[in-house]
Amino acid sequence: MSARKVKDNVEIYLSLLIGLVVITFSFLIPDIFWSSANFQSIASQMPVLGVLALAMAITMLTGGINLSIIATMNACGLVMAWVATNYPPSIGSVALVLLAGLAMAIVIGSVNGFLIAVVRVSPILATLGIMTLLNGINILISRGSAISNFPDYILAINSTNLLGIPLPLLVFLAVVAVIWVILEKSAFGRTIYLIGSNEQATHYSGINTRKTIVWVYILSSILCVVAALLMMSKLNSAKASYGESYLLVSILAAVLGGINPDGGFGKVFGMVMALILLQMLESGLNILGVSSYITMTLWGGLLLAFIFLKGINLSRLFGR
Amino acid sequence: MVNKLGIKPHELFLGLTILVIGGYLSFASPDFMTFGNIYDLVNNYAMLTILACGLFIVLISGGIDISFPAMTIISQYVMVSLIQGTTGNFAIAFALSGGIGLLLGMVNAVLVNRLKVPSIIITISTLNIFYGLLLYLTKGVWLYSYPEWFEQGVMLFKFTAADGYDYGLSLQIITLIVVIALTGIIMNKTSIGRMIYAMGGNKEAASRMGFGIFKLQLFVYGYMGLMSGVAGVVQSATVLTVAPDSLLGYELTVLAAVVLGGTSIVGGRGTLLGTLLGVILLAVLQNGLNLLGISSYWHTVVTGLVIVISVSMTAWSQRKGQGV
Repeated sequence: MSARKVKDNVEIYLSLLIGLVVITFSFLIPDIFWSSANFQSIASQMPVLGVLALAMAITMLTGGINLSIIATMNACGLVMAWVATNYPPSIGSVALVLLAGLAMAIVIGSVNGFLIAVVRVSPILATLGIMTLLNGINILISRGSAISNFPDYILAINSTNLLGIPLPLLVFLAVVAVIWVILEKSAFGRTIYLIGSNEQATHYSGINTRKTIVWVYILSSILCVVAALLMMSKLNSAKASYGESYLLVSILAAVLGGINPDGGFGKVFGMVMALILLQMLESGLNILGVSSYITMTLWGGLLLAFIFLKGINLSRLFGR
Repeated sequence: MVNKLGIKPHELFLGLTILVIGGYLSFASPDFMTFGNIYDLVNNYAMLTILACGLFIVLISGGIDISFPAMTIISQYVMVSLIQGTTGNFAIAFALSGGIGLLLGMVNAVLVNRLKVPSIIITISTLNIFYGLLLYLTKGVWLYSYPEWFEQGVMLFKFTAADGYDYGLSLQIITLIVVIALTGIIMNKTSIGRMIYAMGGNKEAASRMGFGIFKLQLFVYGYMGLMSGVAGVVQSATVLTVAPDSLLGYELTVLAAVVLGGTSIVGGRGTLLGTLLGVILLAVLQNGLNLLGISSYWHTVVTGLVIVISVSMTAWSQRKGQGV
């Protein structure tokens, strides 16, 4: 199966599923579904999950996985929270907050990358170990409690609207754009896809696969800093245990978005569609008063249905 | 890489580590080497060990299962709901709980076989489906009421030790011994076990040799389901409550214990002895930190460090001779 066909199927099926969801909700709850409140709710939930799903997806493209994204997000969040609450607001302290978060992310990403690319621990195990270690350090340094009451410049991220669009959504779109350019327009991105298709062959063709893999895990961690900032701004606090339920959901979103968990295939556009689908479903069901547990079930069912559909050969179904 | 005793280097290393930590603890804490402490440790880690035995077989086959905490709670919940107010015995409890677990495990097997995507993706989906449905249908209500025969438990060869407490073969310990023996026999003495090793080593080759891959997958994921059900009974007998959301996140703890024992995550490599040593190392570490009065904040840090060091050492020693 060529990469081209995989991509086409994904986008067709996601469009069909989105269409189905939109039509269903338009009949069931036309007034509320098409209200601005509903779009606001989708816009406020999508960015954090979206950025985390991208952090997961780029490692999956190389055939890896990053189970430590949530722990990384919380570690970076706690470090940034500590700096933000201990220095009076100024341009300098804003820079210091960002630098602290970035430094933390680069350290974590480098360790993950080193374990996977150089020591050659399998990605599941390396990131599982780092996840456990980070969770422990997070609880240890914060004594399990939240750091809260941030200065205005952090809270402003969540409350600002530009041209009626919430800033977190714009941040998410900017991240999508950057990742799209990196993955689909740069030499680095091409190497990522090549490693996912066949690491050995890529290595023998003279590409430094180790270096690329280390950078992929660093990039993945840096995305966690963005998620941490969005989370901090939304909740006005940072804590060791935030967002744990996002870990498996981000894998789910990435696979639903057409990322092949064996690596090599998947596009940023498909992922955005998958995120819209998941959030529309969640928001619509929430308005309908359906239990969030049913939403959880539906997300799981949706992924299985999607995998099943993807396995069907479209051209054979429609004659040729 | 096997010496005269048939013990692999990784297992030797784990065994020595456990001895060193255990030796240190028996000096540092007067409570460690007491019969009571070891007895409690075995009872408390019975559920983890039973689940680790199931996951061990899944990993050897080249798969992975993330959904077993949900299977454990569902089997347990249904079992306890059905036996409330009945007269009966533990055979019924095991049959009910194990049967439901087996069924759910086979659902995983069918999906893994038919959908042809990595089993981690399938079992993440089924984890969501199983948990979501359970929490929705039960509305998160805890169960407390057990029939009298269940609350009494089992205690064979009961005796009262010098410390004034009663000891004996509890339900947890008997189940643990049976499960370890069963898993050991399946993986080391039967042709099914050899086929599972072969499938994990090279699925394509195993399939060409005429092994029924689907049947093996039904067996492997079914066994994981069965173990989840069995672990459900054991857990229930220990805590005498069922909390629908109690095991969320537990899958990664069990996975950590199994990989600590040197079982390869890509399949085909690993031993039951190693898995058990991995569980013992985790148990002794956590128990030791408790006894030494080290703040619980440190526990996860130490566990994480041990996992990272152990998987790195395993990977480093296997790395030689590989192309990349």
